[in-house]
Amino acid sequence: MVAQLTTRPVAINTEHLLEPQWAEVTSITKEINDVSTYWLKFTDPAIQKSYTFQPGQFNMLYMPGFGESAISICSDPNDRSKIGHSVRFVGNVTNAIGHLKVGDVIGLRGPFGTYWPMKELEGKDVFISCGGIGLPPLRPAIYHILRNRQKYGKVTLLYGARTPADLMYTNEFDDWRKANIDVQVTVDRGESNWTGRVGVVPMWFYQFRFDSRKTAVLTCGPEIMIRFVIYEALARRIPLESIFVSMERNMKCGQGSCGHCQLGPYFICKDGPVFRFDAIQPFFNVEEF
Amino acid sequence: MLNDRQPEIGSTIVIAKVAFNAILSRLREKGYETIGPRVKNDTLIYAPIEGVDDLPRGYISEQEAAHFRLTYTGHSRYFDAIPGAQSWKQFLFPPKAELFALRKTNNRWEASTPESRSPSYAFIGVRACELAAIQIQDKAFLRSDFNDPIYRARRERVFILAVNCMYPAGTCFCVSMGTGPRAKDGFDLSLTELEDVFLLTIGSEVARNLLDGIPFELASAFLLRNADQGLERAASQMGRKLDISNLPDLILNNLDHPHWQEVGLRCLSCTNCTQVCPTCFCWDATDEMSLDGKETHRERVWDSCFNPGYSYQAGGNTRPTIRSRYRQWLSHKLGTWKQQYGTLGCVGCGRCITWCPAEIDLTKEIPMLQEEAR
Repeated sequence: MVAQLTTRPVAINTEHLLEPQWAEVTSITKEINDVSTYWLKFTDPAIQKSYTFQPGQFNMLYMPGFGESAISICSDPNDRSKIGHSVRFVGNVTNAIGHLKVGDVIGLRGPFGTYWPMKELEGKDVFISCGGIGLPPLRPAIYHILRNRQKYGKVTLLYGARTPADLMYTNEFDDWRKANIDVQVTVDRGESNWTGRVGVVPMWFYQFRFDSRKTAVLTCGPEIMIRFVIYEALARRIPLESIFVSMERNMKCGQGSCGHCQLGPYFICKDGPVFRFDAIQPFFNVEEF
Repeated sequence: MLNDRQPEIGSTIVIAKVAFNAILSRLREKGYETIGPRVKNDTLIYAPIEGVDDLPRGYISEQEAAHFRLTYTGHSRYFDAIPGAQSWKQFLFPPKAELFALRKTNNRWEASTPESRSPSYAFIGVRACELAAIQIQDKAFLRSDFNDPIYRARRERVFILAVNCMYPAGTCFCVSMGTGPRAKDGFDLSLTELEDVFLLTIGSEVARNLLDGIPFELASAFLLRNADQGLERAASQMGRKLDISNLPDLILNNLDHPHWQEVGLRCLSCTNCTQVCPTCFCWDATDEMSLDGKETHRERVWDSCFNPGYSYQAGGNTRPTIRSRYRQWLSHKLGTWKQQYGTLGCVGCGRCITWCPAEIDLTKEIPMLQEEAR
């Protein structure tokens, strides 16, 4: 466990279970074919004013009639005017979100969960390795690093997607590189005009030099990718305590009550989604657990 | 002011069985809905009762793996029949509860939260294991960081009349789990049924006030000894037993044990065990929308880790096999529950054994992990 929530989520109705607060879609950014970022602002300005989150936390987005979905927050924690969620249209709820237009409202509860230990990482080299829709929960951490660049050592982003057309946030990479973040990109399958790396994220680890005493690895993505990222990190003598993983499970409540997101003793929604790897290691290799 | 007509908390009084009706009507006068065991369609359910005549007098329940039969033997006791599939869970944590309703006007959703009509229940005849189960669910629903309003409203009003078990059933193992057969605490009143009288132990101020004016006698040493002996006999007559000395480690160290696969082949994933379990707390939230799309009711319903959709998400199903779902259930119940709530999630009521159509019996499955693990 990285950190325990010390305060109650802001956008949550404590008296009426699961009743969301309402937020308006202020703009929609199409990222890639099946992912768009929804920029939300609470209809109640008081809630918007008091709403804060930490990099790596998530909200429950509610589409009346369809249900709720746990979506991580992808925007800058310092920008208090709006909250961004990059949503992949893949299920009932997310496909319904895909039909929202600017000005529509959506239910929101949150923020929930643990977060990337940005404070603890100060002074360290940060190696972020993520795949596909695993980048959005790490973008707030990148924004935090950009703002506090001198507090961190060497910062690397190794990001993979299925094809070049599936790479997200590419228009920001130059800004990140200017801030001395080593942004490295790979795709599973290239196209004829692709001159970059081809191959899954873990297989490129060999190209980087790690100082295992001071490097922390942050990872999020498909479970199979996370598994091999961890093998690669451990093979480079990165201690268990320096590996941080963001996990995903079916979630209904976000408060460790409904039971769906359990992983061994943990409720991923409240004890996670961000775990220090040593906490989940005993269960990590148990098939279908 | 102490009223000399009120018994002290902790004291045990004796009343005639017919006098029990006065207690029930007192409870109803105070606004409680009195719920107790009664016979319906050849089984035992928990439903509103008016008086002792509604109780299953003269019945016993035969219970074995995948076997439940209510038999009338004509004895004179009211509380001998060990409960059926239902537990008190359905009253505190309703199988279906509306969370809120929404109506759409001008592209905005207006909430209309249901009028909180939280009933006051008086539970008549809560077994020691069931009381322990309520206390376990308290830990899940009434946490410092999450307080379930539906559960809390019902729980804080409830009046609990516990019953100590004199005649355990074939699938009972509360002694192994340390929860029975005698209710230890957390009750308002606890009842021990002797041949011709009820002994009532006063557990709360509410109960003390309730009995105000009802004629009583303190139980004599003879009657108390009678009750003790009966409960000792009950403790020695448990139909099942389970060695929990090496739990939860035994399970957590054997998550890849081949026996999970063996059980997985027998288990039908029917969810019976989780529905009858008095501690299982998993739930799902669903929307019921009107055809015009302008109104929706969001409801909370019981869910089960045996449902294929339980762990379904965009990336696939986390637990696609019955083997992994059974392992999730048992490794939670008798394993990780301890880390989550400081106690195991099983109270030894035996319902999951009685109501499993495939005769899967956790008191037999756990020792299998032990034996083959050696």
